[in-house]
Amino acid sequence: MVEFLFNTARFPFWLAWTVAAVVSAVLILNVIAGGALVFIWAERKIAGRIQDRLGPTRTGGRFGWLQSVADGIKLLAKEDLMPDGADGLLFRLAPYVSFCASFCAFICLPFAFDVVGQRLNVAVFFVVAVLGLEVFGVILAGYASASKWSLFGAMREAAQVVSYEVPLGMCVVVPVMLAGTMDMVTIAEKQAGWFWSWYLFHDPFTFVIFWVYVTCAVASVNRAPFDLAEAESELVAGFHTEYSGLRWSYFFMAEYGSMFLVSAMAAVLFLGGWNGPIPVATLAGLSEGTGDTAHYLVRLLGLANLLGKATLGVLVMMWIRWTLPRLRIDQVMSTCLKYCTPIAAAMFAGAMLWQVALPGGLVAGLSRPAGEIREGWLEGPGGKAAAAPAQATDEPAAVARVAP
Amino acid sequence: MIPTLAAIDWHAVFFLLFAAVACGGAIAVVAADNVVRMALYLVLSLGATAGLFFLAGAEFVGAMQLMIYVGGTLVLLVFGVMLTAQAPFVSIKTTAGDRALATIVGLGLFGLLVTAGLSVEAWRQPGSHRLTEPAATPIGMALVGVRVDAPPANAPAAAVRSGYLLPFEIVSVHLLVVLVGAAYLARAKRRKTPRAIEVAASAEPPTAVAEHAAIGRSAGRAASVLTGGSV
Repeated sequence: MVEFLFNTARFPFWLAWTVAAVVSAVLILNVIAGGALVFIWAERKIAGRIQDRLGPTRTGGRFGWLQSVADGIKLLAKEDLMPDGADGLLFRLAPYVSFCASFCAFICLPFAFDVVGQRLNVAVFFVVAVLGLEVFGVILAGYASASKWSLFGAMREAAQVVSYEVPLGMCVVVPVMLAGTMDMVTIAEKQAGWFWSWYLFHDPFTFVIFWVYVTCAVASVNRAPFDLAEAESELVAGFHTEYSGLRWSYFFMAEYGSMFLVSAMAAVLFLGGWNGPIPVATLAGLSEGTGDTAHYLVRLLGLANLLGKATLGVLVMMWIRWTLPRLRIDQVMSTCLKYCTPIAAAMFAGAMLWQVALPGGLVAGLSRPAGEIREGWLEGPGGKAAAAPAQATDEPAAVARVAP
Repeated sequence: MIPTLAAIDWHAVFFLLFAAVACGGAIAVVAADNVVRMALYLVLSLGATAGLFFLAGAEFVGAMQLMIYVGGTLVLLVFGVMLTAQAPFVSIKTTAGDRALATIVGLGLFGLLVTAGLSVEAWRQPGSHRLTEPAATPIGMALVGVRVDAPPANAPAAAVRSGYLLPFEIVSVHLLVVLVGAAYLARAKRRKTPRAIEVAASAEPPTAVAEHAAIGRSAGRAASVLTGGSV
């Protein structure tokens, strides 16, 4: 994009970089904000259907699809309250900290082949690290509200997120081990083809660990049945008890953003990313090299594929939320420490042994051997990484790296 | 492919930005008197340091910084500060004497570091800005004992073959010892009297007494007296 702006549109160098960076940032922001609008409506509809109601039906026609917009206007018009005893700076800052952490993690999330804000060599690690920061906003909110309910909610959230990071990390390591890289684009690309080349079906251990990942992901984004931080039956609304209006909606956007993020990450790590259950593009004879139109079409299909999978993941989370009762805090902790962590550890060891014992897969051709394509520098200077052009680097940091 | 037309050295601009945030945050940590605000400034400072690592192309170190230091501060904040807090807003007032002393020590250390940094000949020239493809894989491979990066040609054979596995193990065992030691120091001091529930279980008391004994450790003494009486 930078090269296009610079070479074709004759933009000055600095403006080309800035425009490219702004466009990427705005696109990601739209994924979060627009996604939140759609998901809030979907949540209301799904909750309604599961509870044998209709959900919103009036605002904006038959299906109430303008409900989120009406909600948004209501939130904008709400009075912005701050408790008397609150720590003003931290109270105001907390929602933005939460939201920024959620937003930052999207920077290196690939949406299709090379459709990624910033292709990082350590993307998986980066996402896990940044996702853990979201809880900081929650803790600040709970502390600064000067309310016991908020503080209890924040403490629960901190304990929960810190404990669930351990099994979550173990789950994430397995696809990284199979792919031999932490680059999410490469991980997804290595699962290309039919659905049996997904890491979900790579071996029995990855199949089990996927479900551990699902549990931990739901817990780490604080969705029911793990939403102890905002348990309304005991803590009013937990950490956001004292928030209203737009500030409150930032917490919500962060939550829906994180839900989408962990779902997209599940798709990339275990479900082939943009490589569908059926390789439609390949069957139709389209591939990266067959010309410009085909090139864009392939990426568009991939984009739709990944967004579809991630949306499906979010819908499953809603289904879980309205189906299962909330766990008690001790049950949350024993789920993490007594079940998720040992299972994840055993499955990790199992997947490792499987790699050693059956490096070619159980049946030849069905399962690709891992580590066949390492990063380019291992194959010498003319390798894959060296050949890959420095594209899709729309982040200021990358600007600085290229500019002398 | 892209000509170098940038009038401004953007690398320097972003470096100065991140450095300013890091330094400003660090000073704010010292100047603030509210513990949670201090933690916020600390996170800001450490996050800007992570930004500096990303700027330098050391993505793995940057992500590590976020994971360990920024995430670690979080745990520090929660378990170190909030659990020990007595008042709703914890504040730490530093006396003027402490402040003066800390300023002297801090400035001394700062001067020492600056002098040491400037005394390295290679660091005074501007960098060549030539960066190889950043990759975390060499570190990971070296950790399991395979050096894929090229060691110097005149290195002994042992250095070529050895990875970072041994140092890593030494560090981890060291940390484990520290952890065990901390748990030992922090453990609650218990008296050696047998707990009521154990006494009750060994004597097979009537149900009512067992229930009484199971009420809790705090009621232990009374329960043990009761149990002894029934035996």
